[in-house]
Amino acid sequence: MKFESMTNRLGSQTDLSWLLACLLFVTLIGASAKVALATKPTKPAEPVATPRVAAPAKPIAPAVPAKTVEGGVPYKAFADAVHAVMMADRTVYAKQVVTRLKKQDAPVTPSEYWEDEEHTIPLPAQMFRMGASLVDENPKAGFKYGLKSSWPLNEQNKPGSDVEKAALKHMEETGENFYGEETLGGKKYFVAAYPDRAVAEACWVCHNEHSNRQDHYPEFKKDDVMGGVIVRVPMD
Amino acid sequence: MSRKLQQWSLFLAVNLGLACWFGYALGSSASSAKTILLPGKTTHGHYQIELACSACHAEDGNREFMENACVNCHGDDLAKARDTHPAKKFSDPVHAKTLAILDATKCVTCHQEHVDHHTLEMGLTMPVDYCYHCHQETLKNRPSHANLAFDSCANAGCHNYHDNSALYERFLSRHGDEPDNLKKIKTLKRRPTEWKEGVSLSADQADGVKDRLMGTDALAVFDPQIIHDWQTTAHAMAGVNCSGCHAVSLPAVSSGESDTSTSEQVSIATESTWSDTVSHQVCATCHGVQVEGFLKGRHGMRLGSKMAAMKPGEARLDMHAGAAHESLDCSACHSGHRFDTQFAAVDACIKCHADAHSLAYKNSSHFELFQAERSGEAKPGTGVSCATCHLPRLEDEDDNVFAQHNQNNNLRPNEKMLREVCMDCHGMQFSMNALADSRLIDQCFADTPGVYVESIDMAKAWFDLKEQQRLERNRKRAEDRAARAAKESTDQERP
Repeated sequence: MKFESMTNRLGSQTDLSWLLACLLFVTLIGASAKVALATKPTKPAEPVATPRVAAPAKPIAPAVPAKTVEGGVPYKAFADAVHAVMMADRTVYAKQVVTRLKKQDAPVTPSEYWEDEEHTIPLPAQMFRMGASLVDENPKAGFKYGLKSSWPLNEQNKPGSDVEKAALKHMEETGENFYGEETLGGKKYFVAAYPDRAVAEACWVCHNEHSNRQDHYPEFKKDDVMGGVIVRVPMD
Repeated sequence: MSRKLQQWSLFLAVNLGLACWFGYALGSSASSAKTILLPGKTTHGHYQIELACSACHAEDGNREFMENACVNCHGDDLAKARDTHPAKKFSDPVHAKTLAILDATKCVTCHQEHVDHHTLEMGLTMPVDYCYHCHQETLKNRPSHANLAFDSCANAGCHNYHDNSALYERFLSRHGDEPDNLKKIKTLKRRPTEWKEGVSLSADQADGVKDRLMGTDALAVFDPQIIHDWQTTAHAMAGVNCSGCHAVSLPAVSSGESDTSTSEQVSIATESTWSDTVSHQVCATCHGVQVEGFLKGRHGMRLGSKMAAMKPGEARLDMHAGAAHESLDCSACHSGHRFDTQFAAVDACIKCHADAHSLAYKNSSHFELFQAERSGEAKPGTGVSCATCHLPRLEDEDDNVFAQHNQNNNLRPNEKMLREVCMDCHGMQFSMNALADSRLIDQCFADTPGVYVESIDMAKAWFDLKEQQRLERNRKRAEDRAARAAKESTDQERP
């Protein structure tokens, strides 16, 4: 680019052959400078952006020799395990925090607009998404998950791939988990999907009454499959 | 000498000269020699630091370095505005196909630099209908949007790609009915510094006078105005003596660092380090937040990039010719020893700025209010100075009030001013209309808005429609229930 600007500066009055000769020479100089720069041992780039995820603590020397804890976990078992943790945390938040506050008539209420309203806390589904977002930002996590639905209140939570669509359809029809594989952006993933059911009245009432609900959405009632948790593990 | 030899000598001389010039330009730090390396006109946001190539570019051309450079300066603001399209939003692999069309995980996809011929007002280098790639369904799902073009999404008062903190539907509908002028205005008060026994200093305690002029009678020959100004204002009240600003050795200064985090290492030094001028690093020892903002904004970004201070004469905005050579450090606005914030809030600005908006300020009702406050006719906090809007007082996470010295923070797009500034005194509709009216902005709001932004009406109509539909569903549900109950009872009656 830098040489382009020079041609503009020199203008047309310069004899073209001279200009070409000069350019050739300077290009050679530039190329050799670039080679010199490239071979110069450069300092490792300092991390410029502040990592949003807290720096992991120094690894503690394992009490058990590493060999005994190594060993492949099948994709399905891994996905089932992390899903169990997710659901446990979410249930605790919904039952022991949100419901408890409600029962006590606490001056703090769950609200979709919790970020912008005083005395509010996130809805259980939002809490779940925030967790997914933190896992997403953690380079050590090694997998991603999310909450998707065929009837989302937020467009960005609709199924985003053919496998996601098939998974949701499968879960809505059978109520069973779905396992599969898919390739996205040239990478192969193991996909596990778990039905997300209407368990607390607050969930289906809010979804049924929400202003973002579209006309063709079904009216949810207890135990309906409202969507699904999608766990995606890279297979490469 | 043969003609051929002459030609070859000339050829070598020209090339050697060029090579030297490029070598110098490459090696020199932020010098004007680097102008030759600029591939094109730099945007209004970055031109001040365009000669500090390394602020954005890595020596080895590392693209990631460049992305990090964007986030280093703009990341905090985006996070604070709860960026509606952060890179992490697209990390779900299902977005791979869309990202191949528009890589929304990289700043430079939309914000290329040095390409003036296709840089739009906001420093955007994408066609303005970029929303289209992901939001086509909006036309279907929102009847009110059916006839809107995709290049109109980001018009004033509707959507913004990053900062929708004042533009989301619920917020619009909640604030839509506010009157033009709110009955109760929101003001954040500055914490006054008062005389404190044992801390505050009296005139005869001014150490600079004694140290500099070597004698206890020195006060008499020293400019009494300086002593008076210092002694009756916040610095003396807070126990900051002359040496606290004029005789400070900053490790940071000697190493050329402008990092305010080293402020704790500051120590009072000997007389030999006395300086009549006070650098922003010294100010930062106590006013860290303000200096941090200043270094990120238009006034201090050169100092923030370790370059010589910006001068109005080098600005792209219209400035008074007489102010061309002012050097923009802290004392450019907070001068003398009074540090008069009312001077800094208006007079300091308009002594340099000479664009239509600045020149019109003194004809505005905002200025009338400012004068009323200054003369004591009106309550403190009711005046509207340049700083009220452009260097607004904000609260940090711990509820400390500070003046945001990064005036760039709410400038573009100007909807960013809605929640931070305008809506402290005005209703939302009025504020949006005013911000969308460029004629009114040139007049510095001396008139009423001549533009009407429809987004609030759209949001309200949307919620009204949804409420109607909800009531309709409830009515139908109740009817169904009643019909079922009636059927069950008739079934029971007929065994």
